[in-house]
Amino acid sequence: MKNILTIFRKELRSYFNSPVAYIVLFVFLIITGWFFTSSLFLGQVVTMRNVFDIIPFIFLFFVPAISMRTLSEEKKSGTIELLLTKPISDTDIVMGKFLAALALTGIALAFTLIYVISLTFLGKIDLGSIIGTYIGLLLMSGVYISIGIFASSLTENQVVAFIISFLMVFALFLLNKVLVFLPTSLASILEYISIDYHFGSIARGVIDTRNIIYYLSGITIFILLTRASLERRKW
Amino acid sequence: MSIKVENLTKYYGQQAAVNDITFEINTGEIVGFLGPNGAGKSTTMKMITTYLTPSAGKIYVNDLSTESESLEVRKKIGYLPEQNPLYLDMNVLDYLEFAAELESVPKSDIAKSIKKMVGVCGLGDVQHKDIGELSKGFKQRVGLAQAMIHEPDVLILDEPTSGLDPNQIIEIRKLIKQLGKEKTLVLSTHILQEVEATCDRVLIINKGQIVADGTPDSLQDKFRGQVQISLVLKKDSVDKDLVLRAISSIRNIEKARISKEDELSYHLLIAGRKGEDVREDIFRKMVSMNQVILGLHQEETSLEDIFRQLTTKSN
Repeated sequence: MKNILTIFRKELRSYFNSPVAYIVLFVFLIITGWFFTSSLFLGQVVTMRNVFDIIPFIFLFFVPAISMRTLSEEKKSGTIELLLTKPISDTDIVMGKFLAALALTGIALAFTLIYVISLTFLGKIDLGSIIGTYIGLLLMSGVYISIGIFASSLTENQVVAFIISFLMVFALFLLNKVLVFLPTSLASILEYISIDYHFGSIARGVIDTRNIIYYLSGITIFILLTRASLERRKW
Repeated sequence: MSIKVENLTKYYGQQAAVNDITFEINTGEIVGFLGPNGAGKSTTMKMITTYLTPSAGKIYVNDLSTESESLEVRKKIGYLPEQNPLYLDMNVLDYLEFAAELESVPKSDIAKSIKKMVGVCGLGDVQHKDIGELSKGFKQRVGLAQAMIHEPDVLILDEPTSGLDPNQIIEIRKLIKQLGKEKTLVLSTHILQEVEATCDRVLIINKGQIVADGTPDSLQDKFRGQVQISLVLKKDSVDKDLVLRAISSIRNIEKARISKEDELSYHLLIAGRKGEDVREDIFRKMVSMNQVILGLHQEETSLEDIFRQLTTKSN
């Protein structure tokens, strides 16, 4: 636990030491801000719906952008060798990096609370559904981040890592949208794998353990895959 | 016994980078791995530091197995990898703190051990700078400080002086010698002077195998072959055939030839039998023949010759 925290602190600091965090947060807030103000001032509706609809799209780029360097940069510069010869387990390293990226997404989401707060002055909002959506978004980004870190562990090249994780995340995201073209027997399985399906029910404010388990197992699978990918050096 | 390596083998695909090597390193020794690039030095070090797993064979550090007690082994070792990788965006103190925390230095001792390393490695003037801004020599010191922050029993340095200028090399060597007094130290290099300057013992590695093992002096003794003498004679009034024949007739001389000739002088290369000093005989002979000696010099077999002999003959 102490080691995870050490890696976490170092990673979070290096996000804010480089322009990455600032650029990504800036773009995130510009886009969500536009959707918030347009629905409020142009649409005259007191709702977070438009913001929440666009965030999963932003995550498709946002998460690969913050996770692409996590391991590929260490591999390229050779610092991975330093890290892996310290008395700390591979899992701790991956977990520390995962949590730091999750914290950065959390910070981005926390900024959007400003919108929620301003809405409470203007009308009645469905707090349950909003809390559910935030939890859902955080879990969704968790799955994306674990995929991003896994992609980053496969290559020394950040751009390649970005493209791999974008494609994987995009496929997971798109799955729900192509179901209509598939035979029903296959569709029900793919629907379960689709991230959007689970997000939909959480966003309604229904926190179902099945959905939570879906997200947590997704995160676990990709963290284990990342660990296996780090082990690969040994063979 | 500090490091024990038994029948260590590592395959990269089909190729054996390290091929069945066995050696032991005692506590307090400074050992140099010497070998051409690609000989298997770094691979061996990577296996000792648990970064790679052997294809076959066993490694023990302080009687702990690198495979089953990997984390324990890592605590005993300080490692400076090849090319000295560093987090360039961190400043020196933050980086050393990070390294200390990962090495589980107790929280209360971290500040003290950072201060000590900054002192030992001479980082006082640059401690608040980002590592990326430092010169190569200072980066190397940061790498060393990082490796020693937890006072490990065993220090493993992969090419600690590569890419440094001559002044920096001398400083780093001095630092290494000083550190080696208290620790078991293994360093790798393909520079011979380095081994002669710093190590108690040399392992010459070629093509994944140990081809020689001993102190620099004992290796020189063991591999000293013929004595080679260069002789320079003034050119006028020399009948070169006569001189060559006269020299060849001296006892313990095996061969003599003219290697070079210019306007003023002849340069002769003379091979004498192992362990015999024939310079006096040559001198007297030349005097008796009334030849003017401009130069007479006996060459020692250097570690460099041994190295070249051992690492090129199989090609």
